[in-house]
Amino acid sequence: MPRVRIPPTLRGEVGGARELEARGETVAEVVDDLVERYPTLSGQLLQDGELASFVNVYVGGEDVRTREGLETPVREADEVILLPAMAGGA
Amino acid sequence: MPRHAPDRVAAAPAASLLDLVGSTPLVELTRLAPRPGVRILAKLEGQNPTGSLKDRIAKAMIDAAEASGELEPGRRLLEPTSGNTGIALALVARLRGYPLTCVVPANVTEERLRLLRLYGAELVESPADQGSNGAVRLALELAESDPSYFMPFQYANEANPRAHYEGTGAELAAALDRLDVFVAGLGTGGTLMGAGERLRESFPDVVVAAAEPLPGDEVMGLRSLADGYVPPILDLSKLDRKLLVTNEESVTALRLLLELEGIFGGVSSGAVLHAALRLAEELDEGVIACVLADGGWKYLSAGFWEGGDVERAMERSVWW
Repeated sequence: MPRVRIPPTLRGEVGGARELEARGETVAEVVDDLVERYPTLSGQLLQDGELASFVNVYVGGEDVRTREGLETPVREADEVILLPAMAGGA
Repeated sequence: MPRHAPDRVAAAPAASLLDLVGSTPLVELTRLAPRPGVRILAKLEGQNPTGSLKDRIAKAMIDAAEASGELEPGRRLLEPTSGNTGIALALVARLRGYPLTCVVPANVTEERLRLLRLYGAELVESPADQGSNGAVRLALELAESDPSYFMPFQYANEANPRAHYEGTGAELAAALDRLDVFVAGLGTGGTLMGAGERLRESFPDVVVAAAEPLPGDEVMGLRSLADGYVPPILDLSKLDRKLLVTNEESVTALRLLLELEGIFGGVSSGAVLHAALRLAEELDEGVIACVLADGGWKYLSAGFWEGGDVERAMERSVWW
């Protein structure tokens, strides 16, 4: 099953886990599976059915916004990374 | 002794150090290219006067504020920075007669804090566990509470991408007759937006790719995801690719850059090179241009080049 890396800001919502396994063949399905198990995540990750603007989701090390968004395929061995949008150092 | 003619004719003396900002060298990374036909070129921004590409935007932001009349003589400047922009602004401020206060995450390398002080900046430290987001938030609060500050604010200042449109991007466009991929680090988004736009004009099919850091857990201490921050000048729809690079991958690439090409780069240069090599794997042939934002000098104390496990230390700091 794909593994999902949980950022520190969201660990409180998932019982402290740094990483979870989740079912799904697309980012949307993986997010749905997480939200079903941890309903409070919904408000943090989604806005009107889309990824919230302050959330970045990566599959295979690439932001899904520059791939196929919520429809980006997720394979069994993939790591999905959730991150808050951060100001870059500069 | 035979007398040798100089290889390159020396330029006329510059009237000011600020006239030497930009026009940085571009070098081909022949040993790092994965196969014949794929060329990787690196723009060495560490050759700017204070050692980073931020000299371009510091000069441009102050020039623009002076020209508009917004910045009166002697007014105090305020800016959130993880180092390079502050050091570059401190040079411009010193030469143009402005005092400067920088808001800096408390956990950046000592070299950056020392350089900022040497150039004359006053420092306000922001909470280490909030990374650059914390510096941005605190600087915005200070500017709000004290209107005597003038904040160039690189994250929202159009002079930032414009400096890269007119400088970095135009210089690359003039130097190249083909470009397939452009890679730069994602911080404010200034390089990617400005140079990316200029390069698309000359090379309409160029892939504009961002390399961004995977921050350590200890610098992501936001209360909620809604505390996240997207710089106003950054339009994510203008990025074709956005690659996350781990600290370990950045350091591995940094070492390769020095070992194979003799280039002593900063942490974001390692990330950019890692992303470039990853994208090079997708090409049978083509030209990739990378922006290497600074040299390794300001990161020497972190010991990246001496080997050993630096991952733990990297978790605790803001690197770029």
